[in-house]
Amino acid sequence: MSIIVEEIARQIGKDLPSAGVTYLENPSPSEQHSILVESESLVEVMTYLRDTSGLEFDYLSNLSGVDWPQGDVAEKVANKKSGDESEQGEAVEEGAEDQGEKPAGEFLEVVYHLYSMALKEGPLVLRARTQDRGENNAVASVTPVYRSAEFQEREAFDLFGIDFTGHPDLRRILMWDEYEDFPMRKDYVNPDDYEYEPTPHADTLKRAEAHYPQAEPEQAESKDEQVESQD
Amino acid sequence: MSVKENILSKPTLETGADEDQLLRVSLGPQHPSTHGVFRMNVMLDGETVVSLKPVFGYLHRNHEKIAENIPYLGSMPYTDRLDYLCPLTNNHAYALAVEKLAGIEVPERAEYIRIITSELTRVMNHTVFMGFFLGDLGAWGSALMYAFREREKLFDLFEELTGARMMTNYMRFGGCRNDLPAGWIEKAKTFVDGYDAFLDEMESLITGNEILLARTQNIGQVSKELMVNAGITGPMLRAAGVAYDVRKVDSYGIYDRFDFKVPYGEKGDCYDRMMIRFLEMRESLKILKQAIADIPEGDYVNPKIKSAKFKAKPGEAYARIEGPKGELGFHLISDGGVNPYRYHVRPPSFVNLTLIEDMCLGLDLADVVVILGSVDIVLGEVDR
Repeated sequence: MSIIVEEIARQIGKDLPSAGVTYLENPSPSEQHSILVESESLVEVMTYLRDTSGLEFDYLSNLSGVDWPQGDVAEKVANKKSGDESEQGEAVEEGAEDQGEKPAGEFLEVVYHLYSMALKEGPLVLRARTQDRGENNAVASVTPVYRSAEFQEREAFDLFGIDFTGHPDLRRILMWDEYEDFPMRKDYVNPDDYEYEPTPHADTLKRAEAHYPQAEPEQAESKDEQVESQD
Repeated sequence: MSVKENILSKPTLETGADEDQLLRVSLGPQHPSTHGVFRMNVMLDGETVVSLKPVFGYLHRNHEKIAENIPYLGSMPYTDRLDYLCPLTNNHAYALAVEKLAGIEVPERAEYIRIITSELTRVMNHTVFMGFFLGDLGAWGSALMYAFREREKLFDLFEELTGARMMTNYMRFGGCRNDLPAGWIEKAKTFVDGYDAFLDEMESLITGNEILLARTQNIGQVSKELMVNAGITGPMLRAAGVAYDVRKVDSYGIYDRFDFKVPYGEKGDCYDRMMIRFLEMRESLKILKQAIADIPEGDYVNPKIKSAKFKAKPGEAYARIEGPKGELGFHLISDGGVNPYRYHVRPPSFVNLTLIEDMCLGLDLADVVVILGSVDIVLGEVDR
């Protein structure tokens, strides 16, 4: 792994001045540092990384969604300068995210792992964040740049509820189409009845239930009585 | 290797047929040629495929959510069930990701054991692939029985080593669960030495077959630029002429010590994909022979690591291996707790299906089955 993420972040900042990129350090021994990219400039940055000679990140290996209901946990995992926020002036390019006023807060995140097959380099880790976990849950789709994102973005949409704007065919992929919740979110509550699914047959099933309304309870009561009398 | 054409454009078909002349066929989910429970909604003009939409999720059990709610080690048996034909490479990839996350050293003997088991798994996967692929072509049964005969021998080896034929749960963070049993390495050597003869037999039986040639050559080709862009990895990518193998590129573990080649194809059709797997098995045998000859004495697991009460410092790591089906990656995020904060699998089968429609458009319905077979998917991994 001979690429230096900080230098690439600096290079992006120089060549694409309008793009908001921030270098994030990873405290783990893996030393896979990452670049936080603003959603608006994501496609531009990805295209730049793919087509610039010397970088040639032609292969998007992995795309994972992450749910951060508490922003301070996210800071612990990927922070600006090994936990020292006062040094953030040294960050490569001013991000839009103003850490001083409010912490990163609640958001959903997409993590991209890029490799270069041409130069046999990697991984380069990029991240993009949504504004919040509610209405503003959009991140630009990178499927027009990397086709390998097509199914992986659908998966992140399905399980996390991240809305990828610009995706050609954004549908649920693993859960069924009628499903309403997002199972990989941290605040997802397991349903009481796993068997229950809202299906097109629900009306029929309800009518069938009403058809013989008292059948089961009566049987149960009579059994109870028998038991009691035996006692 | 830049992409000139628009990567989202699919070949246009001028069938001349009206909308109401097209036939919708739901191919699957219960059909032997779909290799599990997988469905493709196909639109047909006569026999020609006009559109194809894959439908996933029949085996979905949210493996990743389960992993977030149990300790790190608890996920190890679950990884067996991802690609249930090659549990040992799944174990290897997950152990590698955790080792990267926590900076764990692996003893040399453990590295050798991992390479021997991983390469045996690759041989097993490709052998079974031959059986199933021939089954997809209509040679149902015979080829599969030859493949299963060999797989039984490998299962015997795995059972003696791990206690289980398929669901091995063998790797640990910093090594393996137990040492090689006495005499195991000799048995593995006997198997490896005899395997070239089996490959010769299998190749002579199938590669010259006229039906096989007619059904696989020039079927399912896609440009290699699009393959790279779509994240296709493993034998699929190498058949299209891109010699990219994670074992060579990352040389994770100790793969840089072994002398082996990365075979790659020319045309990228189904025939190349099959032949690449034959060549890869022969390269795996080369690695196995070297590893079996060189394996040192020593620890089979890093004695300092307590897998059971394992905790990692906050941070994240992505590790990948060259699985038999392609690049298998694990992305882990730790918040310092006993359970991983985020656990994501990058399954090769799932991503390799991205181009299934592109490969099938304009061909006959019968070719769809061959192309799907040549991708070599396992639904435990696709749906997770």
